[in-house]
Amino acid sequence: MNKPKLLVIDDELAIRKFLRASIDPVEYELAEAENGLSGIRMVATESPDLILLDLGLPDLDGVDVTRRIREWSQTPIIILSARGDEMNKVEALDAGANDYLTKPFGLAELFARIRAALRLSRTLVDDPVVLVGSLTIDLSAHLVRKSGAEIHFTKTEFRLLALLAKNLGKVMTHRQLLTEVWGPEYADELHYLRVYTQQIRVKIEDDPAQPRLLITETGIGYRLKEQS
Amino acid sequence: MLGEAHQQHARGLQVVIGFIETHGRAETQALVTGLPVIPLRDMAYKGAALFEPDIDAIIAQHPDLVLIDELPHTNAQGSRHKKRWQDVEEILDAGIDVYTAMNIQHLESLNDVVAQVTGVRVKETVPDAFLDRADEIEVIDIPPGELQQRLKEGKVYVPEKVDQALGGFFKTANLTALRELALRRAADTVDAEMRKLRTQEGVQGPWATRERVVVCVAPNRMGSRVVRAAARIGAASHAEMIAVTVDSDRQVTRTEQDRAHAREALDLAKSLGMEVVTLSGHDIVHEVFRFAQRRNATLVVVGKPIRPRWKEVLFGSVVDEMVRASGDVDVYVITGDAVEAKASKGLATPVEVAFTVQGLLVGLVLVAAATALGFALYEPLGLANIAMLFVLGVAVAAGRTSRWESALTAVVGVLAYNFCFVEPRFTFAVSDARYTVLFAVMLCVALVISTLTQKLKAQLASSSERERRNSSLYRLSQLLAQQRGKRDLANVAASEIRSVFDGDVAVFLLDHGRLVNLASSESQFESSSSELAVAIWVGEHREFAGLGTDTLPGATALYLPLLGAEAQVGVLGFRPGDKPLDLSSMRLLETFANSLGMALERALLAKQSNDARVLAESERIRSTLLSSISHDLRTPLTSITGAATSLKEGNPNQTALIETIHDESVRLNHQIQNLLDMTRLQSGGVELNLEWHLPQDLVATALDNARPSLGSREVIVQNPPSLPLLRVDGLLIEKALVNLIENAGRYTPPDAVISIETEVRLNEVQFHVRDNGPGIADENLTKLFTPGYRTPSGGYGLGLAVVKAVCDLHQGSVQVKNQASGGTEFTLSFTVPTDQPEAPRE
Repeated sequence: MNKPKLLVIDDELAIRKFLRASIDPVEYELAEAENGLSGIRMVATESPDLILLDLGLPDLDGVDVTRRIREWSQTPIIILSARGDEMNKVEALDAGANDYLTKPFGLAELFARIRAALRLSRTLVDDPVVLVGSLTIDLSAHLVRKSGAEIHFTKTEFRLLALLAKNLGKVMTHRQLLTEVWGPEYADELHYLRVYTQQIRVKIEDDPAQPRLLITETGIGYRLKEQS
Repeated sequence: MLGEAHQQHARGLQVVIGFIETHGRAETQALVTGLPVIPLRDMAYKGAALFEPDIDAIIAQHPDLVLIDELPHTNAQGSRHKKRWQDVEEILDAGIDVYTAMNIQHLESLNDVVAQVTGVRVKETVPDAFLDRADEIEVIDIPPGELQQRLKEGKVYVPEKVDQALGGFFKTANLTALRELALRRAADTVDAEMRKLRTQEGVQGPWATRERVVVCVAPNRMGSRVVRAAARIGAASHAEMIAVTVDSDRQVTRTEQDRAHAREALDLAKSLGMEVVTLSGHDIVHEVFRFAQRRNATLVVVGKPIRPRWKEVLFGSVVDEMVRASGDVDVYVITGDAVEAKASKGLATPVEVAFTVQGLLVGLVLVAAATALGFALYEPLGLANIAMLFVLGVAVAAGRTSRWESALTAVVGVLAYNFCFVEPRFTFAVSDARYTVLFAVMLCVALVISTLTQKLKAQLASSSERERRNSSLYRLSQLLAQQRGKRDLANVAASEIRSVFDGDVAVFLLDHGRLVNLASSESQFESSSSELAVAIWVGEHREFAGLGTDTLPGATALYLPLLGAEAQVGVLGFRPGDKPLDLSSMRLLETFANSLGMALERALLAKQSNDARVLAESERIRSTLLSSISHDLRTPLTSITGAATSLKEGNPNQTALIETIHDESVRLNHQIQNLLDMTRLQSGGVELNLEWHLPQDLVATALDNARPSLGSREVIVQNPPSLPLLRVDGLLIEKALVNLIENAGRYTPPDAVISIETEVRLNEVQFHVRDNGPGIADENLTKLFTPGYRTPSGGYGLGLAVVKAVCDLHQGSVQVKNQASGGTEFTLSFTVPTDQPEAPRE
């Protein structure tokens, strides 16, 4: 397999420098763009495998960049942005970005997200069995086991868990979850998610008060976290 | 004028031509060339091509000097102002110099004199006050013969008009008289200039104190004449002129036409630069002199209409009373001429209400009653006493009916008496001539009583009208005193004006030169762009405009400036209902507008000072914050820089230094985040993103975020099996919880236990964050949530201020106490919404 090529679109030289220094050239190839327009151009010319996109660019809004790339490319996009910018993040995610990272971020977190995004984009045929920690989720058989013991799920609970499992490691926005599980007319019924995620946690978490698997991304959505 | 303009042009000034009438004269045409011309505005009216100077274009171009000829010209319909001199005034106010020209006969105060001398009443006039504003007046003086010669040569008018002019206005006698008037007026101006100079140089001239002249404007045809005559006296003596009208109950019988004369005269007075004052009281003479004394006036000018001598003997004359009561004050009497007397005679009899069925019925019933009673009592009382019954009947009828109705009653009474009782009875023949006296007496009684009653009624109506106005004004000021907001003030005033005056009202606020609609009218008349344009004009010029004024009279409403003590605060638009405003209503409306203006200004000033106070307060907080924060930011930066420098120099203890850099960076990030949150929360610009959240979810994410700074400390989370949903901004609540948890980690030993318990108590969800650390000194507990507060050990800073602000924004609360078992407990409480959303269906 070729080295995956990452494209960083960020106007901050410091960030690009830090990524250049941190990304192992043996593992990844790196391309850089310092504004939105050249970034979009480079997506076409360099055909990267993954894009790291800063939301606060000098020329274009990161959300717009996402939209314009998504018009013709499905290359996974990870948004980089500061905290307190949740509205924009959600907008970018709903526009087709795959995941986000809040600045400042640690390298471990960055690579975990990159791996998850690359894996999801490469898996053409869904693996029917997803493993998360002690949890086994069989998507085709509609079965969930925790440490080998089968857990009963209601239909909706399972659909929600299955959707998160299919996107393992990736954040799913409230809108995406509500639309897919309940239907587009329920896109704003946030409390459905609150109630169901809580029910699922009680079933799958060791300590539902301190969840490790089903993580709330406040203001954005939920994520089923990959366990290393 | 043109020659002078060319000189100024040559001197480098920017000179433009706004309007020059060449009358087809080649000489003038030649002089115009070489100067830039601002194109005229086409005011085509009913097919006639009319052109007026384009004021807006002139003001927009803003030259140094503009030439506008024919100052007394009356503008075409649809122009902004009625008169050209008003255009010039606006241009002058915009800071542009104007050269203009006019003939002497067009001066307002000379209007009567000119009419007397030439027999021609000039319609287009320019107020003296405007002429007095001129920086310089130049008399273009040529002997009459020469002018006539020029006229013949076609240098003044186009040839067709010459003969007509020479035969009429341009007769030698007229020209000589006008020439004298012009020279005298110019001399007066020069005289005034010199006096001004003398006073400025401190020379005590005889005019050190300004003389004041009171001009009485009576509601009759003489009003304007008196005002003009007074203006001439005033111009000659440079006195301060005050036009006074007395709103007296003695004048209630005046006709609407007389009132119109008075209004006209007062408008004229105003345009001549006089102050206009309306007094009210019963005794006109007394009121005028009291006012004259109060204002230290030395001269009272009054008009005396020519009336038949018998009327004066019978009813007396105000002017005679004045002369008698004058004391120190001189009285200058202007007499009316025969034409005016004759003309006013036709108007003197007020048109009274004609007969009404009701009035006639009252009369007839009373006469019938008297007749019936007369038949019953004919034998015992006798003829003479029965006459008394009829007089009584007529008197009663007169008290209840109009003059003509009661006169008719008297006639019918006399006839009935005559027919039924006077010998020979049952005929209209009269045997004794003495009865005619009785008839006359009955008629007189009827007329006198009914006239008195009418007067009384009118007085009553007038005083109750005054009473109504006074009380409405009082009510308005009370209502305005109760309101604070400018919108409330405007609405209260608008509805009050609507109820007192018959019409519709709109109120605009002047906000940095823009008009903001504070109270819309019921008919929305102000929303049309042409009406709005008038309002905007008033906003810019602080003067009345619109309906019934000289400026933009085509509007459907009258617009008044709302003036505060310091500046104009807004504009009031008033659209009268069925009948136009009379003078006193207009004054009252102005008073209303003034009250509203003052109230609005008060409200605006109050808001300004409040804003300033809030600003000062937030400035104070900000500076406290800044000083505390700069310390908090610098400490981690110092460590990072130190560690990095040390690494660069090859310090072998790499791991420890890198760890320092990492930890301090994290700390720095926290500080910055808190600072950002705090500024965001305190600026008041936070829009809460309210969504349904489960409390245990919030705790879980907060704990997840705070975990890295807790080290090896044990964390116990306790939740009841089910909790209600909260409608909060999840990120902010999470932030508050993170701060509390991190604090618990920061100020306790590494082996401490932190517990987070969520519970429902009464109607609140409470988050308790407890630790078993050293606790907080009691005296510091209350100060904890102040931004920038630091414990002696150098802690807390902003984190808790953010917690407090978050709670405040959610109408929640935060409490802190030292637990009996040791350690600190922070409690956040938020009300549980009663409208919990419906659970989803499976």
